[in-house]
Amino acid sequence: MFAAALVAADETVAYGPSSTDSAGFFLDYAWLVPLLPALSFLVILLFGKRMRGGGAGLGIAAVSGSFVLSIGALITWFDHRDEAHEGVAAVHRSVGWLTSGGVTFDAGILLDGLSVMMLLVVTAVSLLVHIYSTDYVAGDSRYTHFFAFLSLFTATMLFFVLSDNTLQMIVGWELVGVCSFVLIGHWWEEKPNSDAALKAFLTNRVGDVGLLVGVSILFFAAGNTFDTLTLSERVNAGEVSHTALLAASLCLLAAVMSKSGQFILHTWLPDAMAGPTPVSALIHAATMVVAGIYMVARLYPVFWEGMSIAGSSINMLALVGAVTLLFGGLLAFTQNDIKKVLAYSTVSQLGYMVMALGVGAWTAAMFHLFTHAFFKACLFLGSGSVSHAVHSFDMKADMGGLRKAMPHTYRTFLVASLALMGLPPLAGFWSKDEILAGTGGWGFFGGTQANGAYTLMLVMGMLGSAVTAAYMTRVIYLTFFGEYRGHGQPHESGPRIIVPLYLLATVALLGGLVNMPKGFQLWPKAWQERFGHYFEPEAAYFPYIAHARPSWSLGIAATVVALAGAGAAWRYYFKAVASRSAASAQSLTEIDDGPVSRGGLPRAAHTTLVNKYYLDHLYNGVIVKAVKGPIAKAAYWINQRVIDAVVNTAGRRSVTAGRAVYDHVDQTLIDRIIVDGSGRASDATGENLRTIQTGKVQQYAAILFAAATILAGVFMLILSL
Amino acid sequence: MILNQFLLLAAVLFCVGVYGVLARRNGIMVLMSVELILNSVNINLVAFGAFRDHVAGEVFALFVIAVAAAEVGIGLAIVLMIYRNRRSIDLTEADLLKG
Repeated sequence: MFAAALVAADETVAYGPSSTDSAGFFLDYAWLVPLLPALSFLVILLFGKRMRGGGAGLGIAAVSGSFVLSIGALITWFDHRDEAHEGVAAVHRSVGWLTSGGVTFDAGILLDGLSVMMLLVVTAVSLLVHIYSTDYVAGDSRYTHFFAFLSLFTATMLFFVLSDNTLQMIVGWELVGVCSFVLIGHWWEEKPNSDAALKAFLTNRVGDVGLLVGVSILFFAAGNTFDTLTLSERVNAGEVSHTALLAASLCLLAAVMSKSGQFILHTWLPDAMAGPTPVSALIHAATMVVAGIYMVARLYPVFWEGMSIAGSSINMLALVGAVTLLFGGLLAFTQNDIKKVLAYSTVSQLGYMVMALGVGAWTAAMFHLFTHAFFKACLFLGSGSVSHAVHSFDMKADMGGLRKAMPHTYRTFLVASLALMGLPPLAGFWSKDEILAGTGGWGFFGGTQANGAYTLMLVMGMLGSAVTAAYMTRVIYLTFFGEYRGHGQPHESGPRIIVPLYLLATVALLGGLVNMPKGFQLWPKAWQERFGHYFEPEAAYFPYIAHARPSWSLGIAATVVALAGAGAAWRYYFKAVASRSAASAQSLTEIDDGPVSRGGLPRAAHTTLVNKYYLDHLYNGVIVKAVKGPIAKAAYWINQRVIDAVVNTAGRRSVTAGRAVYDHVDQTLIDRIIVDGSGRASDATGENLRTIQTGKVQQYAAILFAAATILAGVFMLILSL
Repeated sequence: MILNQFLLLAAVLFCVGVYGVLARRNGIMVLMSVELILNSVNINLVAFGAFRDHVAGEVFALFVIAVAAAEVGIGLAIVLMIYRNRRSIDLTEADLLKG
C-alpha cells in the first residue's frame, strides 16, 4: 500500500516510442471512454430502481458520452496521423500500479489506429443497442439489472481495447467473459438459458488457460515485460527466440479459438443466443467475440514471427480461420432458429477475420471487423424486431411473408444480408474482397502479390462466400416471403427499434467507401484506402507487411461465386418451394422430395450438419462420459482392491505396533517423564511468575518502557561500535 | 537545518507523555498522555520528512493521526465502561487481571 502510494506520487511514466507531450484532449483523456459506462453501471446498479425509466436513460447518456469522446479521439487521431511523416507513434499513457520483485506492473492506455477504430465501433454499436433495448426489454422484471450490465459490458470491452499491457488485457478479457455470462443468462429462470450461460463461460475458460500461458511465455521470452509496445518492438527486432514465439502464439490461438468462436471451440456461441437479442447483437458485433480478433491484431508481431506468416502458404492461424469460415457457414443451413443461423454466420465471418490475419492481410481483417460489426448488428436487431412481432425465433414454424407486415425491418434486413453476402457495392463486398486478395492465392492477370501464396485459403474463402450467399437467401425466403405461418397479426416495431436498424443499414450500405482499393479507377485517388492509411500502424512495433494489389478479375470472380450461391438457393426456395406452396395452397419451407430426402450422401451430410458435426456429442457424450463412466469405474476398482487392501494391512500392522508402543513408550517415557515432568515444571514457574501479574496497567507500562529504554540503549551501543 | 530543535521538542513531549502514562491514576489523563507520545512521534516523522525532502514522513504522520483517532475512540469507550461498573476511573483499582 505504501509502496503503491510512493510510485503513484511519481510523475506519469511513459515508455517506448510513444510521445510524452500532449496529443490533444481526446487522446490524452481516452480513459474517460470506458470510465463513463463503468460509473453508469455502478449508479444504475445502486440507484437504478429509484430512477425514472429504470436507469436506461443514464446508461444511454453514459454511452453517448463515450461515443462523442470516441469521435473526438478519432478526429484527433486523423490529425495526429496526418502530421506524422514517416511512421506514426502510438499515444501511450501509463502509471505505475505496483512494483513487486523488480517488475513494475503498469496500468495505462494505448491509442493508435487500431484502438481508436475499436472505440468507435464499440461505442456506436453499443449506443444503438441501448436505444433498441429500451423498447425490446421493456416490461422485463430485471430491466434495471439488464441496463446496468449492458453498461458494464461496454465498459469492460472499452477497457480491454485500451489496454497498454498484456496483463491489463487479461483483466479486460476476463471481465468481458463475466459480463457475457451474466447477460446470456439474463432469463436464468429457464434451465436452457442458465446452461447456455455456463457453457459460454466454461468453454471460454478452456481458452483462457491458453491466454495465461501465452502471456507468461511472452513475458519471460521478451525480457520481463508486459508492455505491449516494448514487447512488440523486441519481437520485431528479432530479439525473441522463434520457438518461444511459436509456443506463445499457439497458446494465444487457443484463447482466440474459444473467445472468437473458432472451429472446434465455437459451440458456446450459437447457444449464447439464449440471451436477449440486443445482447446477442452486442456480443456478436462489437464486443466479446471480436476480443479475440483484436488480441491477435494488437499482438500481431508475435503471430507474424511465431507463425512465420510471410512467404508461407499455410499456417495454423490461417488454417483455423479457413476451416471455421467454411464449416461454420455450412452449419447455418440446417438451423431453423433465425438467431442461430446468424450465430453460425458470425462464426463463419470471424473465420474470415482470423484467416485474413493468418495470411498477413491485417488491414483487410480489421476492415472486415468494422463492416461486419455494423451489418451483423443490423441483422441481429432485425431478427429481434421480427421475433418481437411473431413471439418466436422459429423461421419454419412461425414466420414467412413478413415483408408486407414489417416493411422497414424487411428493407434493412435485406440491405444487411446483401452486405453479408458480399455483393457490390455494399460494405461486405469490399472487406471480403480485400481478404481474398490478401491471401495472395489469385494467380490470374498478374495476381495480387501479398505476403505468401495461400491458395487453399483463397479457395476456402470463395466457397465460404457462396455458402454465405446461399444461407442468407434461405433466411430471407423463410422469414419474409411465402405465406405467414405463425399465429396472430404481426406488426411493425416501434421507432426505437426501427431507427437503429436504418442507421446500421446505412453503414452496411456505404461502409465500404472508407476503404476503396488503391488504384481503383472509379474513385478519387485522395479518398482511396483511407481506412488502411489511418488505422494500420506504421511503426517499430508493427511488422512490415506487404499489401495485396487489388484485382478486377478477383473482384468479379468473387461476385460471380456469391451470386451463384445465392442463385442456387433462390432457384430452390423462390422458384421450386414457392411454386409448390402455391400449388398446395399452404406455405411450405422445403420440398418433400428435395435432395435431403433422397437418401445417400446428401442425407448423411444433412444429418451431420443437424448434429453440428457431433461436436456437442463429443464434448458431452465422449469426453464427459469417459470421465464419468469407465475412468470413474476404474478409479473405484483401484480404490476398493488396491488402496483399501493396502490400508487394511497397514491398519492391522499399526494396531500391533501401537500396542507395543503404548505399553513401553507412552506409559513410561511420555506420561511419567515428559508430561508429568513438564506439568510440574510449569506449575512451579507459574507460581513464581504470577507475582509480576499485578493486574495494574501502569506497572505493565512501566516494564514496557523500561525494556524499551534498555533496548534503545543496547541499540545505540551497537551503532556506536 | 534546525532539525535538532524539533527533535528536542519531540523528546520533551515524549518524556512528559511517558510520565503521564506511568504516574497519573486518572484513566482519561493516561489517554491524553498517550496522545502526547503519539504526537511527539509525529513531530519526529514530519521533521525528518522535511529534512530529507521525502513525502514518506508526512504520509506516515497522517497514518498515525488516523490510527490515534481510532485508538482514542476505543480507549474512551473502555474508560466509560469502567466508570459505569465501578463509579471510578482510578486505574490502580482496576486490577481484575491480577494473577
